[in-house]
Amino acid sequence: MDIIRFIQYIASGTAYTLGVTFVALPSGLILGLILAIIYVYGGKIAARTLSVYSTIMRGIPPIVLLFILYFIMSGTINLSPFWAGSISLGVISSAYQMEIIRGAILSVSGGQMIAALAIGMSRLQAIRYIVLPQTLRLAIPPWSNEAAIVIKDSSLVYALGVPEILRRAQLISASTQQPFLAYTTAALIYFGLVLFTNTLLRRLENRLRIPANP
Amino acid sequence: MTNKILTIKNLTKIYGDNIVFQNIDLSINEGDTVVIIGPSGTGKSTLLRCINLLTKPNGGQIWLDDEEITSKEVNEDNVRQHIGMVFQNFLLFNHLTALENVKLGLIKVKKLDKTAAEAKAFQELERVGLVDRAHHFPGQLSGGQQQRVAIARALAMDPRIMLFDEPTSALDPELIGEVLEVMRKLSLAGMTMLVVTHEMGFAREVADRIVFMEKGSIVEEGSPEDLFNRPKFQRTREFLWKITELYGKKEQEE
Repeated sequence: MDIIRFIQYIASGTAYTLGVTFVALPSGLILGLILAIIYVYGGKIAARTLSVYSTIMRGIPPIVLLFILYFIMSGTINLSPFWAGSISLGVISSAYQMEIIRGAILSVSGGQMIAALAIGMSRLQAIRYIVLPQTLRLAIPPWSNEAAIVIKDSSLVYALGVPEILRRAQLISASTQQPFLAYTTAALIYFGLVLFTNTLLRRLENRLRIPANP
Repeated sequence: MTNKILTIKNLTKIYGDNIVFQNIDLSINEGDTVVIIGPSGTGKSTLLRCINLLTKPNGGQIWLDDEEITSKEVNEDNVRQHIGMVFQNFLLFNHLTALENVKLGLIKVKKLDKTAAEAKAFQELERVGLVDRAHHFPGQLSGGQQQRVAIARALAMDPRIMLFDEPTSALDPELIGEVLEVMRKLSLAGMTMLVVTHEMGFAREVADRIVFMEKGSIVEEGSPEDLFNRPKFQRTREFLWKITELYGKKEQEE
């Protein structure tokens, strides 16, 4: 087997890696955003419940959670490994993203909310038009860290048999007895993806920066 | 001009064991400027926050025109758009330009269309002399300019009354004048205003009535003339003496 076909075989798993990431990261963001808003503005009981949720999700290795969530999902709604794995990673990520966004909400001063209420806005309007636009800007740097983690953790779905980069590297390494080349290729692809994403997010951060914000 | 805009009866606010103020009675006529003075920590700011329902009082009632706004059936968001509030630390929306700060409430609360909102916002910025700063962000404006934008933002909602919570206390001395000037013009134009401030010069010149608050109650109220020249209570006299001393205007005592 020549080297080009060797690399191509592994690289063709990138589609799955990207697929998993593009499901897991946005679903984690939407869920994390909603949970963060409920955490901060939803009263004591909601905050306590979500704090437990966050502690559990962040206190168990993602691969273990992945298996648990996968077996729950595949047992009940019969999802394919790809979808079950992606959604599970999204749920795991939602706990981290909730904490990122919650932190950012808390660092937008409470005065902003008061000023919005004072001109007659409802709390929901104040969150939507005043708090979140500032929060999401602040959240970009820590969020790009989480994006890198999700890209890398997408490799965990190899354990469910999804033919993504790591899974393919493992297969070809076994059949060709070239583990170093196989895993180095996989490493470089992951690294490239993370680097590209972080560069993109840094551009976004600079573009959205508020001029001379105190 | 005897139409009462704001009436407060028996208002009380308690935090835990701490009585912030107790049994406050106050009423403000249309077009009047009432200035509240008094030492720090006497509940002046909390009183303003109770009036626009940002803080719930423990007892008493407040009427805006003929509507009791402390009643349970009242829609708080609706009440707040009729009461303008200006804060000590400006509290402009940091991610919006001056124009957008003024415009947002017109679009989202008053439901004006974009063109009408923009025209009205420019008109309000004109009133505070900041049309040329319309597209600047808060971080690009001086404190005095930020506070003037904050005033324009409140005015844009066409409030029945404007509340000012120590509007110049966070400003460098050289920037205080421009904000007071805007407020003075506003008062002359007939806006009903309730102002908490330590600016005695402003109080003396602009106020129709001055209220002296101490330790959670109103000690004395009257015209600037009466309060500055013939205070009835020793406590009022001491406070006024201290504050004029502090602001280096001792010669105005006489």
